[in-house]
Amino acid sequence: MAARLLYCAAAVSALAVLAILAFLVYFSLPLFQGDQLAALFSWHWRPLQNEFGILPMIAASLALAVSSMLVAYPLALGVCCFAHGLGPDWAARPLLVAVRLMSSVPTVVYGLVAAFSLVPLIRGASSGSGLCWLAALLTLAVLALPTIVLLLDNQFQRLESEIRLTAAALGLTRVQEMLQLTLPLSSRGLVMAAILGFGRALGDTLVPLMLAGNAPQPPLSLLDPMRTLTAHIALVVATDSQSAAYNSLFACGLILFLLTVLVNLGLRRIRTGATAHG
Amino acid sequence: MADRQEKLSVAFAWLSALLVPALLAMVTGFLLRRGLPSLQVALWFGDTPPLAALLHGAPVFDGIWPACLGTLYLVALVALMAVPLGVASGIFLAEYAGGRTKLAFSFCIELLAGIPSILMGLFGFALILFLRRSFAPEANTCLLLSAFCLTLLVLPYLISSTRLAIESLPDALRLTGASLGLSHWQLIRRILLPASAPGIFSGVILAIGRAAEDTAVILMTGVVANAGTPGSLTAKYEALPFHIYYLAAEYQSPAELAQAFATALVLLALTGLLLLAARRLQAGLEIK
Repeated sequence: MAARLLYCAAAVSALAVLAILAFLVYFSLPLFQGDQLAALFSWHWRPLQNEFGILPMIAASLALAVSSMLVAYPLALGVCCFAHGLGPDWAARPLLVAVRLMSSVPTVVYGLVAAFSLVPLIRGASSGSGLCWLAALLTLAVLALPTIVLLLDNQFQRLESEIRLTAAALGLTRVQEMLQLTLPLSSRGLVMAAILGFGRALGDTLVPLMLAGNAPQPPLSLLDPMRTLTAHIALVVATDSQSAAYNSLFACGLILFLLTVLVNLGLRRIRTGATAHG
Repeated sequence: MADRQEKLSVAFAWLSALLVPALLAMVTGFLLRRGLPSLQVALWFGDTPPLAALLHGAPVFDGIWPACLGTLYLVALVALMAVPLGVASGIFLAEYAGGRTKLAFSFCIELLAGIPSILMGLFGFALILFLRRSFAPEANTCLLLSAFCLTLLVLPYLISSTRLAIESLPDALRLTGASLGLSHWQLIRRILLPASAPGIFSGVILAIGRAAEDTAVILMTGVVANAGTPGSLTAKYEALPFHIYYLAAEYQSPAELAQAFATALVLLALTGLLLLAARRLQAGLEIK
């Protein structure tokens, strides 16, 4: 009896994700009729002229996620290496506590602070409004940093307990142990952290919505405004436009969903590879 | 050569290690400087006498009390739906599932964990469109819908923390149960669940924090700027994170902007406290 109830609960939880997929597919079906699909993959989003191209948003989402990773990843790696040998031992714990605290800061708070500190700085230094790719990139990097650090920290901790004796027997210093053993040995963990951080950056809505300026145009310059898929979904729903815009909305959702599946498959592939090779 | 590489690495590690606390200090410092002066009773209740609002439900117009209540109701509803479902699923995955079922279920739940929160919102929005077209033409976004979508959002956290808490229990406990002649369910009910309770609770607290801070989901499923105290499950409502987002975008006066910063402080304190509580539970677990 109990087992059956528990099975049902787990089945409901597992089916939730399929329900989301089913709804997205169902509502984007009208797009697969006629030439709507070709219209979807164009560079122009002008609802008033019946042009609903979402390529600028796809490009912006990918560009923002990759670029914020380029900033966050090296920093996160630095923080982890510092906490595991490159820095003094006493500093490791407080540093990780600070990272945990960072992870508990609500996204909207980061958005608010950046909108009234970072954006005016950029506005002062350039000619635009300050709401641009760069502002969203830097804030998103801060947001994704704790995710990467905590995952890497976990990996390093596990690895260190295995290699500590070997490293000591070889007469390696803590710095050498980190650079010569821990880092090369955790290559899979390093890739996983990068993918996970990328997924986190790709899925965030509030930061691009509040900071990136939301102009539907291809991301060509760091100081130009951009509109990501996530922000686009929020904006279209909020502005209540015509039904053709709604359809493209679900196409955006479907693309985001597929990107998430890719990220997850990537993670899974690396993880099963890791267990197969010991 | 190797020596130089080492020095460079150490220098970079120091740089990033200094930058992270500096960033955290800058964010909190900025919030405190801009928000602290407005952190008064008037922030919560505006011009309404606090007691009248608390005891008699007097309407509050320019305070964040309705938003606090909205977030509270929302979180309570999410907990009501997500905790039983999540904990039960976690127990099933840890204790009963095997082979293909376990693989398939964990894959789906991992996928759910990775789905951007805006898609949960879009799902809720689509659900309303669907209901309107089919059998409930009056359906509209509301408190209950937001709670439902947030449940989907926090479910994976609950499941994996429950599962981890049970799976990391020492084998000796299982042996004890077997030696006492307990059935599988009795073992779970009398031994495994009590032993893993701190881990499960800390997962619940973190999930509540996640539900309290999320903005993207509620943005699409029924939160509005001026709804007053939430009246029913099918009514629009206010919430703290959305209040911050709204004021940041649409503030009319410096006072409103200051209120946004003060609200951010309140929300930050809330999520910070929840994190501390969860950590304390986990720390108690490690000592045992």
